[in-house]
Amino acid sequence: MTAVNNSVRNTARLMGAGLRALLVLTVVCGVLYPLAVTGVAQAAFPGRANGSEVSSHGKVVGSSLIGQRYDKGKDKQGNPVPDLKYFQPRPSAGLGSNRANGVNPRYDLQVSGASNLGATNTDLVKAVKERKQWVAETYGVPASKVPADAVTSSGSGLDPDISPAYARLQADRVAKENHLPADRVRRLVEDHTDGRTLGFMGEPRVNVLELNVALRDLTRGQGG
Amino acid sequence: MSPALAGVLQLTALAAALVLAYRPLGDYMAAVYGAPRHLRVEKVLYRCIGANPDAEMRWPAYLRGVLAFSAAGVLLLYLLQRVQGGLPLSLGFASISPDQAFNTAASFVTNTNWQSYSGEQAMGHVVQTAGLAVQNFVSAATGMAVAVALVRGFARSRTGELGNFWADLVRGTVRVLVPIAVLGALVLVACGAVQNFSGIHEVGQFMGGVQQTNGGAVASQEAIKELGTNGGGYFNANSAHPFENPNAFSNLFEIFLILVIPFALTRTFGKMVGNVKQGYAILATMAAVWLGFTALMMWSEFAHGGPALQAAGAAMEGKETRFGVGSSAIFSVATTLTSTGAVDAFHSSFTAFGGGLQLLGMMLGEIAPGGVGSGLYGMLVMAVIAVFLAGLMVGRTPEYLGKKIGTREIKLAACYLLITPTLVLGFTAASMVLPDALGSMLNTKALGAGPHGFSEVLYAFTSGANNNGSAFAGLNANTPWYNTTIGLAMLLGRFLPMVFVLALAGSLAEQQPVPETAGTLRTEKPLFAGLLVGTILIVTGLTYFPALALGPLAEGLS
Repeated sequence: MTAVNNSVRNTARLMGAGLRALLVLTVVCGVLYPLAVTGVAQAAFPGRANGSEVSSHGKVVGSSLIGQRYDKGKDKQGNPVPDLKYFQPRPSAGLGSNRANGVNPRYDLQVSGASNLGATNTDLVKAVKERKQWVAETYGVPASKVPADAVTSSGSGLDPDISPAYARLQADRVAKENHLPADRVRRLVEDHTDGRTLGFMGEPRVNVLELNVALRDLTRGQGG
Repeated sequence: MSPALAGVLQLTALAAALVLAYRPLGDYMAAVYGAPRHLRVEKVLYRCIGANPDAEMRWPAYLRGVLAFSAAGVLLLYLLQRVQGGLPLSLGFASISPDQAFNTAASFVTNTNWQSYSGEQAMGHVVQTAGLAVQNFVSAATGMAVAVALVRGFARSRTGELGNFWADLVRGTVRVLVPIAVLGALVLVACGAVQNFSGIHEVGQFMGGVQQTNGGAVASQEAIKELGTNGGGYFNANSAHPFENPNAFSNLFEIFLILVIPFALTRTFGKMVGNVKQGYAILATMAAVWLGFTALMMWSEFAHGGPALQAAGAAMEGKETRFGVGSSAIFSVATTLTSTGAVDAFHSSFTAFGGGLQLLGMMLGEIAPGGVGSGLYGMLVMAVIAVFLAGLMVGRTPEYLGKKIGTREIKLAACYLLITPTLVLGFTAASMVLPDALGSMLNTKALGAGPHGFSEVLYAFTSGANNNGSAFAGLNANTPWYNTTIGLAMLLGRFLPMVFVLALAGSLAEQQPVPETAGTLRTEKPLFAGLLVGTILIVTGLTYFPALALGPLAEGLS
């Protein structure tokens, strides 16, 4: 009996120690650490710590890190119609709202995520071919010239960038829609093309929001 | 510059950074775990815990400490999620259902970070920051503590004592993880990762209107998520989300954080056993597997096999423009060869061969370089097996680091190795015969019966039992069956191996050292590293080949 009592008492004492250890480490790692990092981050990098918001004429028009849609309403089936006056982002499987799945319906939250379709998935094959045809027809280029990022959705569904190839491909049509000289829009794309970081990290890219903000300034005669 | 060349240069830069950090960090950790003195803040913590940090523990006591601490972790994290709806700062999110709360608690306490929820629409500030992120620290510190106890088993003789769990836990957290995480988090904020407590707020949009987005303590969680090889994202898209991983530099930096402690621990090991060359042999084994896997992954992803990727022209489905194919390939290998499971590109959309590599990486037991702590002890168990095999081949009593590898040690090592395959193959097989479980596969429609669908399930249990946490996310894992079975796989796959590791450590620590003779196997030589690589590949191959043949191999060949 004493042995059993002892083992119960020892287990209880041990669990108590485990719980106390967790609580004090929660204070260190779950309260002090995030507060300290937030304090320094807010003091040193307020713009970045708060989501890298982009303003145009005193109005916030989004975050330079988060992709957006550039649509002009919806068609009869309820599908969004891209506004070809603006540069279009990558197709997105994740850009959407939580309303669709009924979680936390009081919000209209941005939801991130990928298609998760495999390389042999027939739905994905079909989607890629359809998107390719759409890009080729819309922008008047041969299908072989359509870059991969134009026909695939990203990992986050919020990819803020497109490849320089996809931006260049859209330039002439965008110029025509805005009654701008094609050269001017092409130069705008070149100006907004970022190379690899330090010449070798990641891939060259064009930030779609920043490009469209510059484009809108240009059409309003306020750009350089 | 071609994308492939840029990929190779990124890998080279990453390897160079890891080499630079290797000695200072490894030596520092050896000093931390061997230090005779306690910091003032540590003394306060020990007083709160009510533990004497100088009391030596034999292996059963050490194990009891690990289990008691982890049980408290599961309990508290479960309760925190169950009462979320009533907590302040919960952003109005509801409490989590019992099966999902159990799954998530098991997931974060076991260093797995499998997520059957979507972060930005399920977890408020308190659960994320004071619950999930805390386990990111302490589950990593627990893994390191167990690894250090095993190393002490090799280093010590004629004693059964392995150190003090509370001291190892607190030191690993306070002196190793927290300082690096603070620096890492600030680097990530400087790149653009968000760090605020604004919660759900509205941001104006270019075409007019507003979008509601979820902010939070993202950078601070991201840093420890990678550093502690945890992997649970603040957002559903994990490290593909621009607020978690804003640019190409932050991407490489996060891969560096994933790998830096697991690699440097081999230096700590060498220091603690008094022969850094023994650490180099282990390091060489890990590095060879890691580089080999990365090379194969890059080759496969740049070749972009599979009809959808062929039609697209590159393997960009599920990948971000700013990272591209090369950098995403490096990330996916680092995350599956460690116990991290964070993703910057979605594994389900990789080429069939690439997906097979991710699976195989986890099946190796995540030892190249593996999770923080768990990678080192997993590799040392493999080394014990390799020494035994070498002994059989030349007909000599096997020894490793001056300790005899006898019947008891081999039994413990063999038990360690059998746990994960049993869990993975058992649960996968069960899921294949249950109609409810089958209905969760996203890719079942593809190609008849769907080898990709089988891969999704195999991947889920491999990820869970190996405490990785990444997913072929096509699988809808938020069902009672998967929440419960994956939760069990995670708990058993984490703590049963620890039982055998600590028992092995105790057994080794009791031995008398065997003097080195001309006949001793030179375990610090390249020949042994080669033997170790061979052992790892053979053991894993024999265990998992049939399952791999039904999934990724069938998909890749069809």
